[in-house]
Amino acid sequence: MTVATDPSPAFADYAHPERLVSTEWLQEHLGTPGLVVVESDEDVILYETGHIPGAVKIDWHTDLNDPVERDYIHGAAFAELLGRKGIRRDSTVVIYGDKSNWWAAYALWVFTLFGHSDVRLLDGGREKWLAEGREVTTDRELAEPTAYPVVEREDAPIRAYKEDVLAHFGHPLIDVRSPQEYSGERTTAPAYPEEGALRAGHIPSAASVPWARAAAEDATFRSRAELDAIYRDEAGLTGDEPVIAYCRIGERSSHTWFVLTHLLGLENVRNYDGSWTEWGSAVRVPIVQGADAGAAPQPR
Amino acid sequence: MTTRDLPSQLAEIREDFLALEQPDRLQLLLEFSNELPALPERYRDHPDLFERVVECQSPVFIFVEVDPAGLVHLYATAPAESPTTRGFASILAQGLDGLSVDAVLGVPDDFPQTIGLSQAVSPLRLRGMTAMLGRTKRQLRERTAALA
Repeated sequence: MTVATDPSPAFADYAHPERLVSTEWLQEHLGTPGLVVVESDEDVILYETGHIPGAVKIDWHTDLNDPVERDYIHGAAFAELLGRKGIRRDSTVVIYGDKSNWWAAYALWVFTLFGHSDVRLLDGGREKWLAEGREVTTDRELAEPTAYPVVEREDAPIRAYKEDVLAHFGHPLIDVRSPQEYSGERTTAPAYPEEGALRAGHIPSAASVPWARAAAEDATFRSRAELDAIYRDEAGLTGDEPVIAYCRIGERSSHTWFVLTHLLGLENVRNYDGSWTEWGSAVRVPIVQGADAGAAPQPR
Repeated sequence: MTTRDLPSQLAEIREDFLALEQPDRLQLLLEFSNELPALPERYRDHPDLFERVVECQSPVFIFVEVDPAGLVHLYATAPAESPTTRGFASILAQGLDGLSVDAVLGVPDDFPQTIGLSQAVSPLRLRGMTAMLGRTKRQLRERTAALA
């Protein structure tokens, strides 16, 4: 059973307004049967300092990543996790988090790999909820376990592997990292730990559009007109070609994937989660340094 | 130096964590986070003294003081919206407070990996505490080299 969408006029211009809910909407709908609120943060104990009443916590690293292989968890582990969090296959899931929903968008993208159909973001995330002085609680998570079915991931439609990127040359690539990472001055986001890429720079032909340009100061998404100006006019995306977005480990580019797919309505957008930590260490892949995108190599 | 020689206050912190189940370890980390002391008055207007721990994902700054008796005190600031980083800083601030310079320099570099947080927090995040400990020791080495 899914919950009615947020009819807020603020979302009307987006391609898929049903993918967003406002803080007002969420406040009114807390406790509605069929709705599960999920907090997903970069900081692993931020949830414990105070969270939206009734929200459960899903951590990108300890819950969604496979603990051994560099991959996402598989169907059985996802079913166990969501069952433990009280989520049913037909639940409406609203995800929110810190840093302009950076990690919330990542969690939403992973939910989408498993085909969970009704998953939305709280526009403005944790920051906006707190800025508006809305209620938070430190109550321990309390979820009634459910039997979530085991569904295997379907990566192909929205996830690109390194080989897919090599075959994609000639179509648009979006690099959502900082300008310094793009140019090759550094391999990590400013003020972020070294995560082990051996070479610096960007994938040839990728346009540089740092992910946070899609977020306004209050952590909400920018308007449709502003997003069109950035991604269509400036970065040259037309919607006629497949697009691949990448960053360092695929989290910031999940945010951009959400914007391109759900707010601008582009089809065939994939997130390359191997991203720079894979590409920048891979043997015999092309790299460009400096501010210029560089020419697209022959696809292979 | 072997773990047998771990200063007792650090050993106690480790035992407290290891005695708990995984989810409760996060709760204890949160308690440490809440206990991170405010800066003493005399350091409040001296951001120049503090060194940024760039390995941490959030803005955390540390300053190591050696008092006239030769005992070490670690001061740290980190924002409230980064409780994990605050917790790491607080563990070290409490665990190292009042030790001799030699005792701090003797703390094993892998102490953060031994307190049972790798699974609950993730090894990636734990690197922040390792970096804080490393920078603390480096500040002490510089301080003592300057005196020698």
